[in-house]
Amino acid sequence: MQRIKKAHTLFLAFIVGAILVLGGCSSSSSDSSEESDGSKVIKFMHIWPPGSSKTQNQIVESVVEKYESDNPGVKVQVEYLENEQYKDKIKVLSSSNELPDVGVTWAAGYLKPFVEGDLIADLTDVLAKDNLKDQFVGGTTEAYAFDGKTYGLPIELNIAPVYYNKEIFEQNGLEVPTSYAEFVDVVKTLKAGGVTPIALGNKEGWTGSLWYMYLADRIGGSTLISEAIAQEVSFENPALEQAAADFKELAELGAFSKGTNGLSNDEAKVEFLNETAAMYLMGSWELPNFTTSDETTQEFKDKIGYFNFPNYESNAGEAESWIGGPGVGLFVSENSKVKDESKEFIRYFIEEWGKQSFTKAGVIPATKVDTSSLDLPQMNIDVLDDLNKAKNITLFADVQMPASAAEVHYNLLQSLVSGEITPADFTKQTEESLKSAK
Amino acid sequence: MNRLKASKLDILIYVGPALVLLLGIVYIPILQTGYFGLMEWNGIGQKTFVGLENYFVLLQDTKFWSSAYHSLILAVASIISLVFYLAIAVILASRIKGANLLRKIYLIPMLLASVAIAQLWMKIYNPTNGMLNIFLMKIGFENPPAWLGDANLALYAIILPTIWQYAGFYILIYYAALKNVPESLVEAARIDGASSLQIATKIKLPLIMNVVKVTIVLAAVGSLKYFDLIYIMTGGGPSGSSEVMASYMYNTAFNKFDFGYGSAIGFFLLIICLVATFIIQRLTISDKDLY
Repeated sequence: MQRIKKAHTLFLAFIVGAILVLGGCSSSSSDSSEESDGSKVIKFMHIWPPGSSKTQNQIVESVVEKYESDNPGVKVQVEYLENEQYKDKIKVLSSSNELPDVGVTWAAGYLKPFVEGDLIADLTDVLAKDNLKDQFVGGTTEAYAFDGKTYGLPIELNIAPVYYNKEIFEQNGLEVPTSYAEFVDVVKTLKAGGVTPIALGNKEGWTGSLWYMYLADRIGGSTLISEAIAQEVSFENPALEQAAADFKELAELGAFSKGTNGLSNDEAKVEFLNETAAMYLMGSWELPNFTTSDETTQEFKDKIGYFNFPNYESNAGEAESWIGGPGVGLFVSENSKVKDESKEFIRYFIEEWGKQSFTKAGVIPATKVDTSSLDLPQMNIDVLDDLNKAKNITLFADVQMPASAAEVHYNLLQSLVSGEITPADFTKQTEESLKSAK
Repeated sequence: MNRLKASKLDILIYVGPALVLLLGIVYIPILQTGYFGLMEWNGIGQKTFVGLENYFVLLQDTKFWSSAYHSLILAVASIISLVFYLAIAVILASRIKGANLLRKIYLIPMLLASVAIAQLWMKIYNPTNGMLNIFLMKIGFENPPAWLGDANLALYAIILPTIWQYAGFYILIYYAALKNVPESLVEAARIDGASSLQIATKIKLPLIMNVVKVTIVLAAVGSLKYFDLIYIMTGGGPSGSSEVMASYMYNTAFNKFDFGYGSAIGFFLLIICLVATFIIQRLTISDKDLY
């Protein structure tokens, strides 16, 4: 009996202890926007873990450090997660109204629900102050604007060139194509030569969408696809159907990696890096792999060039038009207790980021870069110059489309590749999904 | 005997913490999911009450029913695979040489994280550099299939690693159950001249029937709500050909930002699992009366 009682007491003591410990956890992690010494704390969540995005992570660290030393009394508490996990976590945090003071966001369609839910602060005043807006490349902040108010400030700008392996092109006696007909010939020659013409991992859908967007842009002109997505005109348009037919034809020619629908973008990229595939259409965020990164050899880097997607015959589109768009931007939480400090912080961050991101990480900032004063690999400079010359940037499909329609769009592209649907089905079903998403 | 030996306070103290955790982590979220399923909600903004509309849409959603059909295929495959697990367990339990080592080998896949298994099999299935296709090309197939990239094969290509993944778990359960069969019964049967096969099917199997029933329920319900490998290996694609109910729920809620509808799918999935459990128990109950 005595022993039972003892066990009993021990158990109770354990429970009490556990409650105390758990209680301690919750009080130490509770949202305090002030440290014990009275300094203010800005919580900043970003998407560059030191493992997979080392240089970006280092830039953030250095900017934060500099900001803290320039602004005594303000501390920045940094937390990072990998892309997809970040999106999930932000989702959960926002439903319980606990967004970080400053965080990373994507443009247009992704941002919209946060704006409608009054969770994100209007940053128009930040842009207006000291003409900050003039520092951005034209058209980049607009992707974050709703009803004339800007809710996010972009820190990245991407365009999607076609990277190609010069050596493979030479071995097959090929030149950079200047029209779509020539491009198809290039594909056929490469295929006959036993090389995978295009590395494409279409499992994720957005990758195939890049090809479709270019075809639509070249055939229908640079505004048609955007108007169709915005439902100003119907998606069931001959030009957009032709683009789907051409995309399907490329798949039938065997232009894409074998089993492309089951390959992730990373798996497909390996084919290009291993030089078993000749071309790879991807955002300019891949540039470091072909210029500065330590992970590829110099020998490989020398073989890689890029070209813009060629003009279509009797086209309405033009080669100075690119598919691209602002990548991620920064937001400030509407319910932040340190809103003013957070606004100051992102302003500071954007300026510092603009100075460092391109030279160090090869990430093109959304703010203007003066290439003449920089010591950069030639390919980086060329891309940047092309970007400055660009007559038009058509935004990525997933930036323009509502999330539900983008999902359908990706699925339909996979079905086009596998031959389950016709180009006419493609435009019809895309139109339906865009309508119902309205 | 019926007199409570402990005071009510003691019962509360001992049961309380687990009860609070269970309520907070399992039952309240289930009710919440049911509640969200009645809303039109993008996960962030205003919720609008729409009554049972989400469920009406769900009943007519062909994508949902095709994902339900895929889940059913998965469930049938895992129940059939139980036969193989059982056969292996019977052999292992019959005191063959090296049974101990083999048992551990079979258990290894269970010790790996789902993500690791998925990555491993994605490498095996890679259409150009994968082990499987290189092997097929070596033995003369000119154009081996693209497995995960082929809409007709993707689902089956995922079922194989799932069966492999859970082999250790079920073999372990069966092995433990078979070891509990009294040796005297087996010896008595042997003296009466029963063959090894007869001992296995007539003596051992009936004695572990209760365990088999439990594993059938586990396999069926586990398959109906299966998610991990599918999410990582194909994400439900190509064009929805390997979508199961749980991945459809995830895609709806997190990729299409339709939390209301996603919650409705989740709640409906729960109901399907409960019904399946009930039906399987009903179907197997008659066996119990025989012994």
